Amino acid sequence: MSDQYVLSIFRGDQNEGEEKTYQVPAIPGMVVLDAVHYVQAHDAPDLGVRWNCKAAHCGSCSAEINGMPKLMCKTRLDDYQGQVVHIQPMRTFPIVKDLVADVSWNYEVAKKIEAFAPVNAAPFRMQQWDVDRVQEFHHCIECFLCQDVCHVLREHDAQDQYFGPRFMVKMAEFEMHPVDGADRVPQLKNEGGIGMCNVTKCCTEVCPQHIHITDNAIIPLKERVADRYYDPIRKFFRRLNKNKKEESSSSTVPSKV
Amino acid sequence: MAQASQPGVGRPIKPSGKLPYWVEPVFTIVAFGGFVIYSLWEVFFHNTGTYHNYVSPFFSPGVAGWFGFHVLSALYVVWVPFLFRFSCYYYRREYYRAFSFHPFGCAVAEPKANRSRPYKGEWKINNLHRYAWFLAVIVLIFLWKDVVQAFIFPNGFGVGVGSLILLVNAILLTGYTFSCHAFRNMIGGRKDCFSCTAHGKKTTSYKLWHRISEANVYHGAWAWASLFSVWIADLYIRLLIMGVIHDVRLF
Repeated sequence: MSDQYVLSIFRGDQNEGEEKTYQVPAIPGMVVLDAVHYVQAHDAPDLGVRWNCKAAHCGSCSAEINGMPKLMCKTRLDDYQGQVVHIQPMRTFPIVKDLVADVSWNYEVAKKIEAFAPVNAAPFRMQQWDVDRVQEFHHCIECFLCQDVCHVLREHDAQDQYFGPRFMVKMAEFEMHPVDGADRVPQLKNEGGIGMCNVTKCCTEVCPQHIHITDNAIIPLKERVADRYYDPIRKFFRRLNKNKKEESSSSTVPSKV
Repeated sequence: MAQASQPGVGRPIKPSGKLPYWVEPVFTIVAFGGFVIYSLWEVFFHNTGTYHNYVSPFFSPGVAGWFGFHVLSALYVVWVPFLFRFSCYYYRREYYRAFSFHPFGCAVAEPKANRSRPYKGEWKINNLHRYAWFLAVIVLIFLWKDVVQAFIFPNGFGVGVGSLILLVNAILLTGYTFSCHAFRNMIGGRKDCFSCTAHGKKTTSYKLWHRISEANVYHGAWAWASLFSVWIADLYIRLLIMGVIHDVRLF
């Protein structure tokens, strides 16, 4: 094992910058964030890096390590034996300084999503197997690595057309909740831009919480959008049902189905 | 709205992993491309796929025969599995990566040509995957009928290598078809609450959805395995028809 690692860290901001090389003594079990802290303590006290828990729970230390979006606190340096370790900020978001990216756009998107709207007042009686599905989505730590890797946002700058995988997960969390009564399907199709996702599953690959973002959130939501807007037979029966209800003069209740 | 950043010098680095990022899409190009070329050869240069009691999956069911057509017989059938696989959520990942470079690999910059053609999202035709699923199930029923037929020889029940190949093919296609995301939605995924109408008990719909969700995790593996099994089954029967090989009867 080499007794030191060579780090090449991006130094700069949104307008200009370059990678600078630092050497860090190797310690068994060391993660990238440890090495960045070493650099900050010994070589570059002005190095900008965002971090909090150092335990893969807060989602703060997202960066791109040798080109791949990862949490610095969860990436072991011994995975990069014999390589120069390039550390860069998330590419999809504007850079504040060095490794710190401005992720505020995500919080603006979050505000647009209709919050959990229970049909009954709490406390709720639910079966565990009914909520297992949405509990997977609760594991999200909002590191925004999925947003960073999503080519729709990263390569096509389509922030005005697609909320991104993180917010598909959030919408799935509410939409599939057993006692939620709001209807987010129109928003998914229109403003949320779920059709922009072409299911290449990079978001799932980079998720440090191992949430099956595409298989369990995006695709089931796409199927709900297809149920509503792209399935002529279901559309026909829905219309037929609606007509029957109108004939029997019953009041129409907005429904998620 | 935030603007996507295009920060400074030396970016982006091509991501490194256990395997280079290009290995998977190149495999897809070779395997899928090879299968498509083989299929074109099979569909446009052959009019029958039957060898004694074996029927190639390319030619089953014999729709052309039902209407009295005897040329391009496979063409009347293969559009169904093609449509099913083309609109499949797993294959979308593969072909968007390998053939349209949207993206070629995770965190890999797309080619400049992609920038001149604005990305508008996935093709809407893919939303009809559920209909392709129903058609694929009909074809699958015929393939199982062919499996039964493949074990019945002129002198009664028997097992040949061809019988086993067709059996494995039908099993893999069944796994692929019933681990489908659209089927998962139809069988219960569209519900928010399984127990609400069953007084807190697990419904059949929930149990089916749960089982299919377990199989769905391996949908990609089912997809590739069944693609290769169709290829092998057809090639085996084609070689039998051409007289290149002889079927081995096990008993």
